[in-house]
Amino acid sequence: MTAKVSVTLTVNGETHQGAVEPRLSLVDFLRQDLELTGSHIGCEMGACGACLVLVDDRPVHACLMFAVQAEGSTVETVEGLTERGALADLQAAFRDRNALQCGFCTPGMLASAYAILARGGVPSRDQIRDALSGNYCRCTGYEAIVDAIEATARTRAAAHAQALRPQARLPDEARP
Amino acid sequence: MNAPLSRLDRPNSYIGRAVTRPNAMRLLSGRGRFVSDLVLPRMLHAAFVRSPYAHARITGIDTAEAAAMPGVRLIATGADLAKICTPWTGTLDHFKGMKSSPQLPLPLDEVVWAGQAVVAVVADTRAAAEDAAEAVLIDFEELAVVGDIDAARAEGAERASGSIDDNICFKTLIDAGAVDEVFAGAAHVVETELRFGRHTAVTLEPRSILADYDPSERQLTVHHATQTPYQFQDLYSRHFGLAEARVRVIAPDIGGSFGMKLHVYHEDMAVVGLSILIGRPVRYVADRIEAFVSDIHARDHRVRARLATDAEGTILAMDVDDVTGVGAFSTYPRTSVVEGNQVIRLIGAPYRFANYRAGLSVVFQNKVQTSQYRAVGHPIACAVTERLVDLAAAEAGLDPFAFRAKNLISDDAYPATSATGYRFEKLSHEVCLARLKAMMDYDGLRLDQAEARTRGVHRGIGIATFVEITNPSPAFYGIGGAHISAQDGAVVKITPSGEVQCLVSVTEQGQGTETIIGQIVAEKLGVDRDRVKVITGDTDITPHGGATWACRGAGIGGETAFQAAKALKRNVLGIAAAILQARADDLDLIDGQVVEQAGGAPRMSLAEVARIAYFRSDILPPGTQAQLTVAHHFAPEGYPFAFTNGIQGCHVEVDVETGFVKVLKHWVVEDCGTIINPMLVDEQVRGGVVQGLGAALFEECLYDDNGQLTNGSLADYLVPMACEMPDIVIGHVETPTKDTELGAKGCGEAGTAAASAAALNAVNDAIAPFEAAIGRIPMTPHRILRALGRV
Repeated sequence: MTAKVSVTLTVNGETHQGAVEPRLSLVDFLRQDLELTGSHIGCEMGACGACLVLVDDRPVHACLMFAVQAEGSTVETVEGLTERGALADLQAAFRDRNALQCGFCTPGMLASAYAILARGGVPSRDQIRDALSGNYCRCTGYEAIVDAIEATARTRAAAHAQALRPQARLPDEARP
Repeated sequence: MNAPLSRLDRPNSYIGRAVTRPNAMRLLSGRGRFVSDLVLPRMLHAAFVRSPYAHARITGIDTAEAAAMPGVRLIATGADLAKICTPWTGTLDHFKGMKSSPQLPLPLDEVVWAGQAVVAVVADTRAAAEDAAEAVLIDFEELAVVGDIDAARAEGAERASGSIDDNICFKTLIDAGAVDEVFAGAAHVVETELRFGRHTAVTLEPRSILADYDPSERQLTVHHATQTPYQFQDLYSRHFGLAEARVRVIAPDIGGSFGMKLHVYHEDMAVVGLSILIGRPVRYVADRIEAFVSDIHARDHRVRARLATDAEGTILAMDVDDVTGVGAFSTYPRTSVVEGNQVIRLIGAPYRFANYRAGLSVVFQNKVQTSQYRAVGHPIACAVTERLVDLAAAEAGLDPFAFRAKNLISDDAYPATSATGYRFEKLSHEVCLARLKAMMDYDGLRLDQAEARTRGVHRGIGIATFVEITNPSPAFYGIGGAHISAQDGAVVKITPSGEVQCLVSVTEQGQGTETIIGQIVAEKLGVDRDRVKVITGDTDITPHGGATWACRGAGIGGETAFQAAKALKRNVLGIAAAILQARADDLDLIDGQVVEQAGGAPRMSLAEVARIAYFRSDILPPGTQAQLTVAHHFAPEGYPFAFTNGIQGCHVEVDVETGFVKVLKHWVVEDCGTIINPMLVDEQVRGGVVQGLGAALFEECLYDDNGQLTNGSLADYLVPMACEMPDIVIGHVETPTKDTELGAKGCGEAGTAAASAAALNAVNDAIAPFEAAIGRIPMTPHRILRALGRV
């Protein structure tokens, strides 16, 4: 398990090619080899969700996947999602609602929230709580996180509806 | 639009405002700086070989094969580290008769709990260190295991450790007198036995430490995931014989602490020693299984208690016996008896009665140590008190609200002293009780409960009043001989361009310390809060102080920053007065501008004052002392603690077929004095409630008869998840303490203090129609079914 093998994958838009031990987990690869320390290690058994990253646009426990299994995949971490602005509204909602305290679970929470929001529509609070059942948070009591995700879903849904609505005619008196 | 202007409408009014946290976006962007994220040049990694036995003699250690493995740089045993580290003993002088064995980083000849670190391996990578740790051979001779707390204190019991005479760590008795006589003459007596399982903090970030010893300067730098960097600066200095000024402890972003990250852990001392031995940086990050077997646990208590009332339901007396198991050592430097001590002193605290007796026995056992964890002792004291109160209310034929209204210390009775001797400045039980009843729509819930029962649905309503200890004075640890500071310090300085830096000794673990300190400094100084940068957690930079524990961040740290900013503002106005040839008393500082106090006309900017003070002091009058950096330290005086209070309500539904409990809703009314940031207070309380509900329903460290922890993983040890927790409604009452100008008291433990008690009362209320009662926490489905007589 210590003889290195070659792996090639795309992380946050950049292609990485390297030699890794087959036993190296994806999260260790991201944190140690690529110095992307946003994803955290909380339990190393897929229970806490602190290590969640997107692999081919789906949230995956990076502690349960070996780096070699990600061969040919596209991986996004909280750093990459932040840089391309994919989470900007969600991050602002988390900040405004104080939906984080120590921040250790937060990158994983954002990965789950990204997936919840990607489904579109406005999920119920119970649905959001269900969908967060793979993410432990020891600080917030969860309510603020649910609030932030719900608020983002509403804002996105409203923007989506606005975009779909036919252009309303301005009343005559409002015309220049 | 026509509402009258309030305090918050003034410029730079931040105290009381729900502003967001400046550090939030950094954490949300994956730019946190946790200890496990740090990499230093030539850094090595430590792993530990741990004892598989709960109690055994070490008869031999063979490291030859491990030492020859690739990448291994150092292997150290207890004897190796004992040469450079003096032992420590977890006792405090004011706990008379308390005893505990001396401890070393790694044991010499005896292990006393399963999971105790025995040998340390240092290697180039963590994987290499773990590989080599597997190749270390240790011979053990198994010894008798002491587990059960009642068996541990029985006559002739086997000893949990060879270096103690018996398993009694500490015993004490509080006796206010005449308890037996009052019980003999009482109209009603209720009694109960409650058992509280061990649980543990489960911070999402496990314990992490990176020690970096530079022999060329005899300088030790430790990046440490801790709440209390100054305490560790002192300990590393004293136990390793290093100059205190050459020990620097940096506590960067901390991924949760809850009291767990302020105790001395053997591995941490070992890692510092390993770095000293090898002269290179050494990092150790516990994995989750190591966290479960070596982080402190808490709350292992068995309490028998009774309460006497007169015929009308007035509380007359309480009689309590608490036995708690603390593992084989007492933790250092805060000891493992503080929790039990607070249990017996907080029981009955909200109520008006005089005759109280409580015995405490703290016993050793072959398990990992228990010690201070969020709301130390409060949940146990609260559950015992509030369960007895509910039983007494039922006995007297009174509603739980009515019984409490009759017996709580009334809001006009302060200052008041509890039956256990705590002095309360001003609490607000009556107004909190009334507020909770309205918020819950209590009468509506009772109607719902009656209707639901007709459908075979069993809901319960529980309430729990609490008193919380915050802002501890030097009487807490200092008097016992520990170097744990009750004071905090702040340095506030103006930069040459008129911005502000505040270096403060209270630390940030996500509560929002940086935010509230920034709010206080900005408001008191008169600048925009975006122009204030707060720096925490570095003993080389920030002033000495107690840091963050026991809910002292706002009350002590906040007052410190408040006074420092006030003094700095005086200096700024003094310099401005010299420049403007005005009287300082006629000037004010608002929004970064020096203004005429009368009328508010601007005179000059803070930046201009700073520019002149730093770069053109030649134009100031001779002798002008341009002090634009102010240091201030503050320790509480007056009352030994700023007690807070509040009340919680819990609404549950119990499935009597499966024993599952669903928490439908939870309410909190709390009084933490001046609220600096309502959003942060609410979220502290919510987080605290969820930890209390976790204790009530899920969390327990389970051991088998051999002293093996049987659920040491996050798949087996249940922590509350989003889908199991309710929305939590919070209300506030504000009674500022008069001991400080700011008036703030703590709030971080309020949620945890009473949540499990409220849940306990709610579940018991739900199953009352079956004449069933449960007295064990956590209230697992199996225990509920057993209480119902169904298994």
